[in-house]
Amino acid sequence: MGNILTLTTFLPVLGAVILALGLRGDDAAAQRNAKWVALVTTIVTFICSLFILTNFDPANTDFQMVETADWIMGLQYKMGVDGISILFVMLTTFLMPLVIASCWNVTTRVKEYMIAFLILETLMLGVFLALDLVLFYLFFEAGLIPMFLIIGIWGGKDRIYASFKFFLYTFLGSVLMLVAMVSMFSQAGTTDIPTLMGFAFGTEDFSILGVQIVGGMQTLLWLAFFASFAVKMPMWPVHTWLPDAHVQAPTAGSVVLAAILLKMGGYGFLRFSLPMFPVGSEVMAPLVLWLSAIAIVYTSLVALVQADMKKLIAYSSVAHMGFVTMGIFTFNQQGLDGAIFQMISHGFISGALFLCVGVIYDRMHTREIDAYGGLVNRMPAYALVFLFFTMANVGLPGTSGFVGEFLTLVGVFQVNTWVALVATSGVIFSAGYALWLYRRVVLGDLIKESLRSITDMTRRERLIFAPLVVMTLLLGVYPALVLDMIGPSVAALIDNYDAALAAFDAASQVAAN
Amino acid sequence: MIGADIQILMPEVVLSVYAMVALLGAVYTTKDGAASLLTWMTAGLFVLVAIAIGMNGQGTHIAFGGMFVDDGFARFAKITILISAAAVLLISEGYMLRRGLLRFEYPVLITLAVVGMMVMVSAGDLMALYMGLELQSLAMYVIASLRRDSAKSTEAGLKYFVLGALSSGLLLYGASLTYGFAGTTLFTGIIAAAEGGASLGLLFGMAFLIAGFAFKVSAAPFHMWTPDVYEGAPTPITAFMATAPKVAAIALFARVVHDAFGGIIGDWQQIVAFLALVSMFLGAIAAIGQGNIKRLMAYSSISHMGFALMGLAAGTVGGVQAMLVYMVIYVTMNIGTFALILSMEKDGRPVTDIAALKSHAKRQPLMALVMLVMMFSLAGVPPMLGFFGKYAVLLAAYEGGLAWLAVSGVIASVISAFYYLRIVYYMYFGEDTQALDGRVPPMLWVTAVVTAGIVGLAWIPGVNLFGLDPIAAAAAATLVN
Repeated sequence: MGNILTLTTFLPVLGAVILALGLRGDDAAAQRNAKWVALVTTIVTFICSLFILTNFDPANTDFQMVETADWIMGLQYKMGVDGISILFVMLTTFLMPLVIASCWNVTTRVKEYMIAFLILETLMLGVFLALDLVLFYLFFEAGLIPMFLIIGIWGGKDRIYASFKFFLYTFLGSVLMLVAMVSMFSQAGTTDIPTLMGFAFGTEDFSILGVQIVGGMQTLLWLAFFASFAVKMPMWPVHTWLPDAHVQAPTAGSVVLAAILLKMGGYGFLRFSLPMFPVGSEVMAPLVLWLSAIAIVYTSLVALVQADMKKLIAYSSVAHMGFVTMGIFTFNQQGLDGAIFQMISHGFISGALFLCVGVIYDRMHTREIDAYGGLVNRMPAYALVFLFFTMANVGLPGTSGFVGEFLTLVGVFQVNTWVALVATSGVIFSAGYALWLYRRVVLGDLIKESLRSITDMTRRERLIFAPLVVMTLLLGVYPALVLDMIGPSVAALIDNYDAALAAFDAASQVAAN
Repeated sequence: MIGADIQILMPEVVLSVYAMVALLGAVYTTKDGAASLLTWMTAGLFVLVAIAIGMNGQGTHIAFGGMFVDDGFARFAKITILISAAAVLLISEGYMLRRGLLRFEYPVLITLAVVGMMVMVSAGDLMALYMGLELQSLAMYVIASLRRDSAKSTEAGLKYFVLGALSSGLLLYGASLTYGFAGTTLFTGIIAAAEGGASLGLLFGMAFLIAGFAFKVSAAPFHMWTPDVYEGAPTPITAFMATAPKVAAIALFARVVHDAFGGIIGDWQQIVAFLALVSMFLGAIAAIGQGNIKRLMAYSSISHMGFALMGLAAGTVGGVQAMLVYMVIYVTMNIGTFALILSMEKDGRPVTDIAALKSHAKRQPLMALVMLVMMFSLAGVPPMLGFFGKYAVLLAAYEGGLAWLAVSGVIASVISAFYYLRIVYYMYFGEDTQALDGRVPPMLWVTAVVTAGIVGLAWIPGVNLFGLDPIAAAAAATLVN
């Protein structure tokens, strides 16, 4: 079991290779086989990741199960897991079988579709497990390729515009991070992430083209990483690619995008920005807090007026990611715990909501809210599931959505009351748009002629939703499952952060005297 | 004494003799009848010579009183040139044959061009440099207009000749100024003359020399000939021009600025950095509007030369190393891409319209996948090799104090990503137009798959780019001291 991380990461690629080489033809049987191979691969990957979970020791805040190998250009192939990354890994492996199961009705280029998702899974796992800057970047960027194809080939009407926008937007953000990585390598002489976490990057102020940079090098590096992660999260005002991508992506693509890909931004902040550039983070924290607060309110309001269900949920995702960035940049235990919790919980809830849209889209082939109404009469089970996840999205106590929002708000209240005030109003807006959506789609009389023969969820669809309902409830009533796992690592991160800031303050005191 | 010198020059001598014998042999016997055989033989000979250079090369040897230098750097460049020329010959044979272009002069002229390139990268003196450059250029002018009955090809050859002559003139002017102010044409003499700051005349000479090199590597603003010549020349010739001569020209560039002007790095660094900056952006922006894939590849190569020059601009060992790594990766990507372009045809006629690739993925899934790998690699998206090339030059530029150039470079790479993505979009999302035949000749198929395998997978830990990185480091170390 010495290389369990590499094994888990690259298992899906193995499945993809089997599909690519071993499967011929495009008839119904071949398509079914492709889906089964993909499903089995993702399930086996999930089982492998359970071994990681059972071998993981939450009390140990170092990286565990570390694997290293020599690589090119002074870089290292290094993988490892700690309290911050373990749950993202689990989230990914848990959701992927559900994602594969949700595309059971796809009939165009099924084999390629499955290969794209399997490769994407490897790349996502790699992002969370990589312990070398460039290796991280490799996985982080490579993920764009399958997602570009998934949106472009299997997407909706305006898929080309959406896929280009998605790719170029995120690519532009990431290349600035690449320059920052080059700069870090040049200063620290290593790309090893654990070493870099202990490396103090320069903090002396300097000016570029007459602009004084407070926090010096750290702030610049922080900004370069921010460019990448803010686009990925996405944060207001660089979120505009997300609604387009979501609307055009096929259901499974939307689920992966919302549930996992967005989390890479938050994970990036936790893994790089905070531990490596504490001073830069401190300097820029007010900006992030206010951007988050604006995002929560603004995108909630935008969500209210959407006519397309997927777009509405996409904007709601941006608002919920606002809570995450806000929680991260409070630098206290509640805020950070809440941010991670919110990301995990949002993975289940937003994934489920996109699946909910997918269920009726498969039947009616439209996402227009106006095309629906009174579904409860024909689809009681669907109405119940949709209600549950709508409530979870709103943050009803008892669901995991509440815990994350509450913790981040507690965290931010200790830091900035005004931001907390603005952000809390977002909770009310989210109830507004989510319940209104539910009212328009599910409740009321069934008057649309086209909906008269709509059928309720099939057994396959119920099976997909069951684990998501269980997880949302379980985390809602017993959040300690997550918090015990991440707590020690988060505490260690905050300790290091405070120590670095104290050293910086002492140094600036000396300089001032 | 002369025997020892000839010994050092052996690879070039062998190839020259081979070219002459092949020329005479073909003229007096079967003429074009043996062209296919000759092409294969030439490719085989290139590979053998490359192996011989790789096996025997140790240390630094100087021949003819410093005119000719055989060091690790020259050997690295020569092997790259020979292998890429052999690969181009292999993929071009079938194409030329089917269009009646395969004359026996073709492999002979390629051999002479390659000899010219090998002299270029080994030059230790301005005279040797010019001799190599002209041998290469004259052979290339003829090859570019090989399709004698086509107006476009003739035009390409003529344009190439006129502008090439202009650049040679600039270069000669620079060489004469350098000679006038340094009192010698030997690089070792020039570097001594420039010690402690160069005179104004010497700087002028250097600037003109660099302008001449910029023409040869097609760096903006000296790039104007590139799109027209790329478009007009027969596609295999375009593939050749995009690979081996670029390696030779940029290696010569590196040799001159480091060996002859290594003492005044600050003076040429700003020129090279400017060339790099303009090339990256011009290549990225001008390619967006292109509908012809050969013109697109021309602008793409301008942009890539900008990146390679970024490594050179760093003015360090690491910079030269990054440049070499970048060039090898660039050549690999281009050979793969051109193998696919060569396979684009409809009813037996070559097609170079990008729109013809629409929904290529449905009819040729594997070839479309290969093209996808190449396009993402050219765009610099990991995990393809193109990314590692970009990473290497960015690191070199940053460490050389050119952080602004690195930032500009990545922004240019985002702009250029657009047109590479457009090709992927045509292949995978475009509507079906049936614009291309489905058949791919086996040689092109093999080349495309092998290069795509290298480009897509050579980063894997354990393969580690086949050890390219340390070899390039050793080669760079012999140049910069």
